Amino acid sequence: MANIWAIAKRELQSYFGTPIAYVFLAIFVALTGVFAFFIGAFFDRGEADLKPFFEYHPWLYLLLVPAISMRLWAEERSSGTIELLMTLPVSAFEAVIAKFLAGWAFLGIALILTFPMWITVNVLGTPDNGIIAASYVGSFLMAGAFLAIGACISSFTKNQVIAFVVASVVCFVFVMNGTEMVLGVFRGWMPEFVVSAISSLSFLTHFEDVSRGVIDIRDIVFYVSIICFWLFVNTVVVGMKKAD
Amino acid sequence: MTGLIVIDRLSKRFGNLVAVDEISLDVPKGEVLGFLGPNGAGKSTTMKMACGFLAPDHGSTQICGIDIAKNPRAAKRHLGYLPEGAPAYGEMTARAFLSFVAEVRGVGGSARRTAIDSAIERTGLQSVVDQSVETLSKGFKRRVGLAQAILHDPDVLILDEPTDGLDPNQKHEVRKLIKKMAPEKAIVVSTHILEEVDAVCTRAVIIDKGRIVADGTSRELKLKLPYHNAVSLRIATDDFEKTKAALEALKGVVKVEARRGKKTSHLRAMPNGGRSIATAVAQCLTNAAVHPDELFVEHGSLDDVFHQITTSETGKTTTGETTNG
Repeated sequence: MANIWAIAKRELQSYFGTPIAYVFLAIFVALTGVFAFFIGAFFDRGEADLKPFFEYHPWLYLLLVPAISMRLWAEERSSGTIELLMTLPVSAFEAVIAKFLAGWAFLGIALILTFPMWITVNVLGTPDNGIIAASYVGSFLMAGAFLAIGACISSFTKNQVIAFVVASVVCFVFVMNGTEMVLGVFRGWMPEFVVSAISSLSFLTHFEDVSRGVIDIRDIVFYVSIICFWLFVNTVVVGMKKAD
Repeated sequence: MTGLIVIDRLSKRFGNLVAVDEISLDVPKGEVLGFLGPNGAGKSTTMKMACGFLAPDHGSTQICGIDIAKNPRAAKRHLGYLPEGAPAYGEMTARAFLSFVAEVRGVGGSARRTAIDSAIERTGLQSVVDQSVETLSKGFKRRVGLAQAILHDPDVLILDEPTDGLDPNQKHEVRKLIKKMAPEKAIVVSTHILEEVDAVCTRAVIIDKGRIVADGTSRELKLKLPYHNAVSLRIATDDFEKTKAALEALKGVVKVEARRGKKTSHLRAMPNGGRSIATAVAQCLTNAAVHPDELFVEHGSLDDVFHQITTSETGKTTTGETTNG
């Protein structure tokens, strides 16, 4: 446990050790605002809630979370520090968890910094703050799922650009899972239950409830299982493919 | 007696290439083992397996009696490892980096501060501790890596090219540090700088193409050179035939190499089994009334041993270069 804490702390500090953190936070906060106000027509709806704000989170994460996850392992590989890290008394699993937690904490900070939205809607009307809190939790969970995918993909390569692009594509598939675009590929040659299983893996479907403020235990289980699965693969990859 | 590091028949293949082929080593406390070999001989791969970073195809490593594959966490506690190129997190300051390593290694509380300060002092990092690692020179980076390896005062140190990229003074400092730590630890140092073996190592192992081709003290290895203890002399060409015949008749001399020149000639008497023949040769010259212009005993250097052993296929004709000892 102490190891996980030490690595997570170092990892989180390293985000702030470079301008990446500040650029990311500024862009994240700005974009959430842009999406909510301009594309989501926050004012025109005349309703005191943050639905237009949360609705666009999957699309934002699609672009921004891989930017956070890409360096987690790829950078260790390219600089050779993975050799240092894995010869310390640390298991691959602990390192995977620690890095994931650091990235997740960073995304949490980004989410917290969107608090002016919450204040704004409270100033303008009387929203249901319970719904908003639930949506924040849901959004944070979804960010974790994106991050787990990105971290796992980052562990395959030493090239951060590849890690970014591939993670974005895989995340995109997970977001679009419920749509005909992805399902059409499988329909016809896969049995129907597989197709419906694939469509049930959609981030979008599971986030719809969340952005309405409904936290269903199934959605939580869904995101937690996604995180566990990708972190498991991540651990296997780090354990097997330590060198090069 | 078994050593603090026991490497048993480690082997590793990368595709068709056999990188490490059944290497076994046993390093007791107090020994500094020089691990030598040409680039690509499998030095780094062996070290990576020994410290548990790479899984061997077969074979095992024990650190202080603990199998590193079966119980990696316990084994790694006894191990300090400097990876090739001394990687470190560039954006951290040297002190923060060492603090991180100490924390992961479970060195806590006031012991951490003491351990970090001691490592900084021993590696001479005082002037740069608050600079980020990426801004440091190659020599300092290497020393940060070394500080990280000795931080928790491990029983076993595995150092992959600890002096690579250092200037002569820094090399000297690092060697002094290794020597100072040697009595308490088992240390493996890989290098391709052979003077280092004479400077710090109590034993040298030469590997080539993944196999151990020589193992012994620096002196023992030099004994393997055919011209170890050979006597070379330069004489006036007028005495050439006479001297050559006298030397060839000498007991203990197996062969005389001769190069006849216009005014002066060179002769080299090769001893039987590396025994010292200097006295006998001197006596023989006196008896023959030959006055050499130059006379010296050859010892050969480790470079020659290395060269001879690692180029063995073509080696027969390439052992002629000598240096006088």
